Amino acid sequence: MKARVDTGPLIAGFALVATGALLLAREEGAVALEGWWLAAALLAATCVVLVASASGARGSWRISTGIALLALSLLLVLRELGIWWSDALIWPVVLAAFGVALLWRLTRPAAVDAAEPPADGARAAPSRRRDARRASLTSFGVALVLGAALLFLWANGALAGGGDVALAALVLGLALALVLAPVWWRLAGNLSRERAERIRSQERAEMGAHLHDSVLQTLAMMRQRSGDPADVERLARRQERELRAWLSGNGEPRPDERLADALRAAAEQVEDSYQTPIETVVVGDRPLDERLEALVAATREALTNAAKFAAEGGPIRLYAEIDDDRARAFVDDRGQGFDPTTVPEDRRGLRESIVGRMERHGGHAEIRSEPGAGTEVELTLEGTLR
Amino acid sequence: MSNVPPRVVIVDDHAIFRSGVRAELEGLVEVLAEAETVAEALQVIPEAQPDVVLLDVHMPGGGGVQVIREVTKVRPDQRFLALSVSDAAEDVIAIVRAGARGYVTKTITGEELADAVRRVKDGDAVFSPRLAGFVLDAFAGELPAEAVDPELDQLTTREREVLRYIARGYLYKEIAHKLSISAKTVEAHVSSVLRKLQLSNRHELSRWAVRRRLVD
Repeated sequence: MKARVDTGPLIAGFALVATGALLLAREEGAVALEGWWLAAALLAATCVVLVASASGARGSWRISTGIALLALSLLLVLRELGIWWSDALIWPVVLAAFGVALLWRLTRPAAVDAAEPPADGARAAPSRRRDARRASLTSFGVALVLGAALLFLWANGALAGGGDVALAALVLGLALALVLAPVWWRLAGNLSRERAERIRSQERAEMGAHLHDSVLQTLAMMRQRSGDPADVERLARRQERELRAWLSGNGEPRPDERLADALRAAAEQVEDSYQTPIETVVVGDRPLDERLEALVAATREALTNAAKFAAEGGPIRLYAEIDDDRARAFVDDRGQGFDPTTVPEDRRGLRESIVGRMERHGGHAEIRSEPGAGTEVELTLEGTLR
Repeated sequence: MSNVPPRVVIVDDHAIFRSGVRAELEGLVEVLAEAETVAEALQVIPEAQPDVVLLDVHMPGGGGVQVIREVTKVRPDQRFLALSVSDAAEDVIAIVRAGARGYVTKTITGEELADAVRRVKDGDAVFSPRLAGFVLDAFAGELPAEAVDPELDQLTTREREVLRYIARGYLYKEIAHKLSISAKTVEAHVSSVLRKLQLSNRHELSRWAVRRRLVD
């Protein structure tokens, strides 16, 4: 819809100008016009312009009203020019124009697809609602056209004395509806079944594409690099993480917004950079803020230290416990350990990036290590964090 | 702990994992039989009468929970250890509530797995770091005081401490050392947590975990 010129206001504007011109012509005595018709047309045109300029208005309604008005204006012009049969023609024609315009717009398939941006998951429900709306609009348009025809016949006296014929037609119409209803019903059923099938096959294709992009690619890479166990392990870990996240259906992790995701992402980064396994368990979660970002950065530093100096003792473990008034992260390893009192002053990683950073943000870091007994780093942020 | 290797049946719908587990446990545990489906498990387990059933959480035809329900009708004392690659908290908690005495991930080493099997055989509970995390999460948060049965619905401070160390990847004997208690006491705490997890009516025990997005 965006690229197309909105025709509603244009048509309505034209109708307004046409009736305005008529009014002017009458004022100057060039044409003799029954004021009643003109006033009605003018009023209607003004209404349409108002409707057209209201932002919430539906396109179909706007344009149909515009078309009806255009028809009215044309009829009035023809009437003034003397090309005329009977005043009984006017309202049926206007009604019919409205109904036909509505139907034309609804049967145009492009209007549907352009109006709805292609969505993935939430597709079924809106499209069902849209279908219902289309169906009711369509029947409304049909009713208008039929009503216009009946009005025309009645106004011309064609129905006078034809009550029996009308009754017969009505009965016939009802019978026809009864006959056609099951066919129509089945058709509608088929359509929705087809749609369900289409959605299902779309999902299958999506899953296939996903597995191809992820698992198959990884397997191919693992075959290529089968000579390098470290590489194979890294690939397997990454794929496992990715697949697990996908299967859990929780959507994409949001490491920029959630503390738990940020901690997991930090662990994954370190795991990838140093090709050393990190086992992560996170309990609770909260939105990230500046202080929590400092906690994440200090955790990453602690993990990096462990990956650099203590990877030989088995997996590094990250455990975080987050609740409303405290966030704690533990980084444990079974590496060679060290004596914290003998760490040189210039070991920036430990002193600055972990202890200093936590203290600057009102938290604290505790590092427990003994030569030969692994290392524990405990990072705590207290207080209501909000 | 006896020196007779524990006898197990492996129930998993993936042949590759069954043979992997069998290879890992070679010489440590006696594998009596394998089962691929729920129906097969129901037939094989009463026949083989294993000490422990190693059970996959996700299986077609009802899953591990179904196996536990059906088998315990015939063998009420059968012990189960849940084993899985990766699961959502609610699935893991469901299988433990159904009666599994523990949950470990398939990335565990053969020796650790054999040790876990022995502990389950002896009637102890086996919590992996991930399960400890799930349980801490499920028991987190305050309940209205009148709705709480302290016997079942709350963890004691000590139990929480023990779980936290398990979540951090410490072994029972390391935890015992850190808390200056015996390894038996650590095991008693874990068994008590298992009992609470299985019997507590704490509302929405599993939904807690889901709501807090605990999938790792």
